[in-house]
Amino acid sequence: MAVQPQTFASSIVASGQRAAARTDTSAGTTTRTASFEVWRGSGPSGRLETYTTNVSEGMVVLDAIHQIQSESATDLAVRWNCKAGKCGSCSAEINGIPRLMCMTRLSELDLSKPVAVEPMRAFPLVRDLVTDVSSNFRAKMRIRKFTPRPPDAPDGTWRMQQSDADRVQEFRKCIECFLCQDVCHVLRDHQLHEQFVGPRLLVHAAQLEMHPLDVLDRTTDLKESHGIGYCNITKCCTKVCPEHITITDNAIIPLKERVADQYYDPLGKLVRLMRGKKAVRPENERTKPGGAR
Amino acid sequence: MPEYQKHEHDVLVIGAGGAGLRAAIEAAHSGASVGLICKSLLGKAHTVMAEGGVAAALANVDDRDNWRVHFADTMRGGQYLNNWRMAELHAKEAPDRVRELEAWGAVFDRTPDGRILQRNFGGHKYPRLAHVGDRTGLEMIRTLQDYAVYQPIDVHMECTIVSLLKDENRIAGALGYDRERGRFKLFAAKSVVLATGGIGRAFSVTSNSWEYTGDGHALAYNAGAALQDMEFVQFHPTGMVWPPSVRGILVTEGVRGEGGILVNRDGRRFMFDDIPENYRNQTADNEEEGWRYTQGDKNARRPPELLTRDHVARAIMKEVREGRGSPHGGVFLDISWIKSKLSNAEDHIKKKLPSMYHQFKQLADIDITSEPMEVGPTTHYVMGGVRVDGDTQMSTVPGLFAAGEVGAGLHGANRLGGNSLSDLLVFGKRAGQYAAEFAGRQSSPRVDSQQADEFARAALEPFDREDGENPYKVEHDLQTMMQDLVGIVRKESEIRRALEALKILRQRAQKVSVSGNREYNPGWHTALDLQSLLTVSEIVARAALERKESRGGHFRDDFPDKDPAYGKFNIVIRKGQSGEMQVTREPIPEMRPDLKQIIEENK
Repeated sequence: MAVQPQTFASSIVASGQRAAARTDTSAGTTTRTASFEVWRGSGPSGRLETYTTNVSEGMVVLDAIHQIQSESATDLAVRWNCKAGKCGSCSAEINGIPRLMCMTRLSELDLSKPVAVEPMRAFPLVRDLVTDVSSNFRAKMRIRKFTPRPPDAPDGTWRMQQSDADRVQEFRKCIECFLCQDVCHVLRDHQLHEQFVGPRLLVHAAQLEMHPLDVLDRTTDLKESHGIGYCNITKCCTKVCPEHITITDNAIIPLKERVADQYYDPLGKLVRLMRGKKAVRPENERTKPGGAR
Repeated sequence: MPEYQKHEHDVLVIGAGGAGLRAAIEAAHSGASVGLICKSLLGKAHTVMAEGGVAAALANVDDRDNWRVHFADTMRGGQYLNNWRMAELHAKEAPDRVRELEAWGAVFDRTPDGRILQRNFGGHKYPRLAHVGDRTGLEMIRTLQDYAVYQPIDVHMECTIVSLLKDENRIAGALGYDRERGRFKLFAAKSVVLATGGIGRAFSVTSNSWEYTGDGHALAYNAGAALQDMEFVQFHPTGMVWPPSVRGILVTEGVRGEGGILVNRDGRRFMFDDIPENYRNQTADNEEEGWRYTQGDKNARRPPELLTRDHVARAIMKEVREGRGSPHGGVFLDISWIKSKLSNAEDHIKKKLPSMYHQFKQLADIDITSEPMEVGPTTHYVMGGVRVDGDTQMSTVPGLFAAGEVGAGLHGANRLGGNSLSDLLVFGKRAGQYAAEFAGRQSSPRVDSQQADEFARAALEPFDREDGENPYKVEHDLQTMMQDLVGIVRKESEIRRALEALKILRQRAQKVSVSGNREYNPGWHTALDLQSLLTVSEIVARAALERKESRGGHFRDDFPDKDPAYGKFNIVIRKGQSGEMQVTREPIPEMRPDLKQIIEENK
């Protein structure tokens, strides 16, 4: 069907004007004041401090924090980079809920009372809203790296279908904001950072395990050193993920099933015994279950 | 005497985006000991925001593509001010660099036969951008990061460099501070790779993050290196304009690559009105042909929305200035119209442009599958930077290298979308390789702690002043001034006013004071970043004053046409003996005949 340029474009404009007008009502240039209770300090002297600043409703929490910073608290420590939900730097707890400050619009919050903005509590505090998230970087080092099968084509390239790519592309959307780590009770309440790599790193392990090209089998690692058994599938991580990754259902549960298949399935154990293979095989001896098509 | 944490590396890489990571990996592969400095946490650098894709003539989607066409496209886009050797190397090597990422775990979108999928983008003759939806930069930086952490590279996170150190004429290292504790770090290095990105924070409407304060440009300039093409700042045609708090956030060119159209308030698809002569042969002259192009019809020519960024940005500004803009001072960008063409348009848009869908839904209450977006130009990229040797990426200072946005040459007067991610890979690798080679030939440099002491003392001065000005205020005024006077449309009288304003801003910056202590103190960091911002702002203004014509990213209201005489040289800026800025015109070397012929063949 050929498009009728003028009538068609006019409808675009009408729709755009409507959208702009509608945004006008919810995001007017008129300002009002709002209060924020922001965590200040490091160590035991930390406390919530109240700041009041002008806001307009198109603003996000990070805008308000920046405004407070430039007006009255120049040394207010906060991490941020892209301000567009792509880098995962500005994670915090807003009214107690782990969220990205750059993607939390003030219009979603009740501004009739102060908005609490606190650092992620699962990690050691550096100062104000900044925490020490280095444990996540160390945990990643414990997961064995991507190891591809030999190339499929003589020119050194691989072939994979989009349907196979889809599965890991979901996990590779992760922006490493660590909000899932923050909300995970194993890390937050029990502080088992050394025993349990946490949801973010299980998503990382899942993208490696389900990667169409990867040939390593990390099942033993998942059980023995990544502590996957600590996860009891409360799905809190999935709820806070700003990238909407189905962390529990799509990443963690399939990994748990692999561990269960290898360690706790009596029939499978019998089959392996009869085939004369060890329960734990050296890497590279086989492709992983369901992978490497 | 300030105290230092001391580190010694063969190669010190400053910046950990795509270029820095790729350089560090290559230097480590060469056997050098490598230090990698991130201004933020690892994996958060600006590369993460790149959306559309990485340009490489893989010819997976259109087998007519090859490095020659990519070379010709890059030179045409850069209006022939490019360093042609870099454009040649880039076009030749980009495909290998992209395939290498796949070997390191990147999962690009696929063609039906299982190869890396490529999409259309402005100024590229054939579908050339390997991509992952609209989050290609994230895929790239995560792949490089996850590869690099298993290499012998010392990563210094949240560390800002305030000065390079020299031993006579050669590079000797750098001085920085860590954000967390505010302690000074003294790095000794046989060679240094700058990979610090751009200067976007010198302007108020920008797609760039707080990090983009031109640190590498200023470090190189102060170390005596030459900078070139600094008048060429790319204003990306499509940034968000509403609500005010998101103004400047990028809307990927991929929207137009997937068939998105630009419309003014009168409903006119204005991009058809003014198609530049040198692109006329390659541009569709009707809407139907443009649509067919975006859907992969090899016989169709590209729609005018996919002309180069400089042209599209100016066309949008023209609509706005002449009163035909959208309600909030932009124009409409519409992708939802493809519903009339595709039965599964809604899902298609969400699949191809997922982060655009979320960005508008969450930040502006706009559903891009059913409503148009409002967009306008935003400061995005600087084509100019450190003048380097095309093969080695070494600057005019021995041992000092530059790669990625901080380097200059590849893009000339205007960068094509997608050529930045490939730039990072190609020249990141080259810089790392040659920096390691250079380091291998050197003895350990002598680090003059007196040099470092001076910088360290100066860096702490804002704490000693009382009742000085707020650094955020000075930064804000600088950004507003640059946006107004040296922004997308320039003229001599305004640039001169900008240079006067910069003098006053410099005095104000000398008097800022900060409260609190040295631990994770953003006020202090802003005070220090201001020095770089002021330096690069002045460099941009002086270069813009010198180029009395309009070309690529540089538009002069008082000289609105291109002047062929200005096509023969680059404008080069370096620090003079007595600290003054020296502006010179340096002729572009004669292009090799075989490359000239390629350009002729692709006209």
